[in-house]
Amino acid sequence: MELNGAQIVIQSLKDEGVEYIFGYPGGAVLHLYDAIFQQDDVKHILVRHEQGATHAADGYARATGKPGVVLVTSGPGATNAVTGIATAYMDSIPMVIISGQVPLPVIGSDAFQEVDMVGITRPCVKHNFLVKDVTKLAETIKKAFYVATTGRPGPVVVDVPKDITDPRIKVPYKYPKKVSIRSYNPALTGHKGQIKKAVDLLLTAQKPIIYAGGGVILGEGSKELIEFTRLLEFPITNTLMGLGAYPATDKQFVGMLGMHGTYEANMAMHDSDVIIAIGARFDDRVTGKLDEFCPHAQIIHIDVDPASISKTVKVAIPIVGEVKPVLEQMLEMIRESKKKPSKKALESWWKQIDQWRAVKCMEYDRNSRLIKPQYVIEQLYEVTKGEAYITSDVGQHQMWAAQYYPFDKPRHWINSGGLGTMGFGLPAAIGVKLAFPDSDVACVTGDGSIQMCIQELSTALQYNAPVKIINLNNSYLGMVRQWQEFTYESRYSHSYMDTIPDFVKLAEAYGHVGMRIDKPEEVRPALEEAFALKDRTVFLDILTDRTENVYPMIEAGKAHNDMTLRVAEGTSTDRELA
Amino acid sequence: MRHIISILIENESGALSRVAGLFSARGYNIESLTVAPTEDPSLSRMTLVTRGSDDIIEQITKQLNKLIDVVKLIDLAESDHIERELMMVKIRTTEHTREEIRGIAAIFRGKIIDVTPTTYVVEMTGPSSKLDAFIAAIDGDTIIEVVRSGPTGISRGEKGLHL
Repeated sequence: MELNGAQIVIQSLKDEGVEYIFGYPGGAVLHLYDAIFQQDDVKHILVRHEQGATHAADGYARATGKPGVVLVTSGPGATNAVTGIATAYMDSIPMVIISGQVPLPVIGSDAFQEVDMVGITRPCVKHNFLVKDVTKLAETIKKAFYVATTGRPGPVVVDVPKDITDPRIKVPYKYPKKVSIRSYNPALTGHKGQIKKAVDLLLTAQKPIIYAGGGVILGEGSKELIEFTRLLEFPITNTLMGLGAYPATDKQFVGMLGMHGTYEANMAMHDSDVIIAIGARFDDRVTGKLDEFCPHAQIIHIDVDPASISKTVKVAIPIVGEVKPVLEQMLEMIRESKKKPSKKALESWWKQIDQWRAVKCMEYDRNSRLIKPQYVIEQLYEVTKGEAYITSDVGQHQMWAAQYYPFDKPRHWINSGGLGTMGFGLPAAIGVKLAFPDSDVACVTGDGSIQMCIQELSTALQYNAPVKIINLNNSYLGMVRQWQEFTYESRYSHSYMDTIPDFVKLAEAYGHVGMRIDKPEEVRPALEEAFALKDRTVFLDILTDRTENVYPMIEAGKAHNDMTLRVAEGTSTDRELA
Repeated sequence: MRHIISILIENESGALSRVAGLFSARGYNIESLTVAPTEDPSLSRMTLVTRGSDDIIEQITKQLNKLIDVVKLIDLAESDHIERELMMVKIRTTEHTREEIRGIAAIFRGKIIDVTPTTYVVEMTGPSSKLDAFIAAIDGDTIIEVVRSGPTGISRGEKGLHL
């Protein structure tokens, strides 16, 4: 079969099994868009800004496990995509981004809409390619998907100069079934000797804890993690990225750990004698002060990326491999072992944990006259029966969603954890809804974040992707305000917005349903009404308590056992702001 | 501690900038870097001298290995190895100093590869410390230009870095 470069790109995507391309046309990709026009197999979703394309593809990838695909033009199209590429990179999300480039002969001449995309994205991609030969185009695309989806996943950019897609130049096409790269051989199973050592350590632990992260979700290891945790009867905590990897409603789950984690999770980490970290990377938001991180613990670390091991926290037993096969290996060894975890030690450990749980660190004022954001999330959980896909933006609302919506299944909690990208939630929700049109998809956001990619409301309408936007509107950049209250003596420097748009009218202007809710008793009925409107995108502008803070909190530079808990009822809500 | 990391890397455009970019992005320092194709034209050999604690060097080698273009690498400082650097020094000469410079160059097994009525160019190879010693032995005011390749190295014996 002879195809031109543009057709090769689209045919390759089709042969790769790509369902959706999220993109935006422009000069350098016009040949490609012409090829898209002449076929129906790969569906193109026209976003309103390239950042939206990357986040939508990212949301699609996080919810499905399949790589997200983005198509943008050269220059500003490419640079607009960079934030979304970096977002995916930080959270190890498989994506393939095809960017147009000026024709090969003019590269380097500061041509119109020229930018060195390979150079700009180098630090925030797993790998990138500049295609210089149309006969290598199909193979390069295959390599991009191979690199993006194997090992520790990540985004891969394929920069395609316009002359490579010239419709007049046809070459034989064959999409390779497999590619290999001699310098790229990600580990699969773990080292047997290391696993044996780890199992021995686990079975002698007195105060063990399982610390599992996003790697479990990326590596499809939830089932094995659950089996492993139940078999050992150890407490388990999840990172922000790992929520859903283990059912949050299970009794062995002690909540999220880290800066806004539960008291019991952080205290259990701090006091533990053995930690097994599974697909987690000891992020600074998890560890707090490194010198005082888990001072008594011997650490086992399973990760597919050797560079994640002992990067910040030194570990005793590193195991390089994919989470799922390594856990399978471990399960087999534990079952065969004559040793069993000490019942007595575990009993007293659980007793200690129950005492920490009794602190009830997640309590808040349920009698407030104002709408408490935590209450909104709890109601959202009930109305959606805990089964919705929840995307979020970044800030206080993100933490409340993570804390008060217990995720029981992987891939249902979709947020920008590593880069912390405001504007992520809405486009990501659209990507999720396209993947799962029959499921409820809600974007938990705030009045700051939602305005960063609000233009994608238009995309939601065009492609019939009815999502529910839960806007926890406190008229503040809440997390900034919270930090200013805690560490800058309440000098609220530019964290207040006094010209917030009328979101109800805005939603209506985009062709959607808008609702404003300002009383606690209206929250539940409004949510019920919104989710009953199956075919409509609904924007719920919920005016919440403006003074509410996220608790518990480990302030920057403090240790796990030095948490700030919510102070006595009323004191936070009675403070005057602004 | 000083480490010499020897890398086999795909001989492709952009490969060098991936390595250099990694060092600047992660705050590692590069003391010197040399790179040239090997007998296999699809591969380049890169020798990189860096300094850092054992933890940092471990991270550097892991991060380098993570680059898709890096095929293989070794830390030469971990075992017996030979290290050589090439240097060319242009020295201002006078009738009175020419003999002395020739003498010092001979002690260091340097060669004079260019002569004008007022200058010499001395070529010298050896471990970096030897080249440093030669420069220290020459009157600094007479040195017009120093060009150094940066060290490159190879391990002793059977052990080697190849595919």
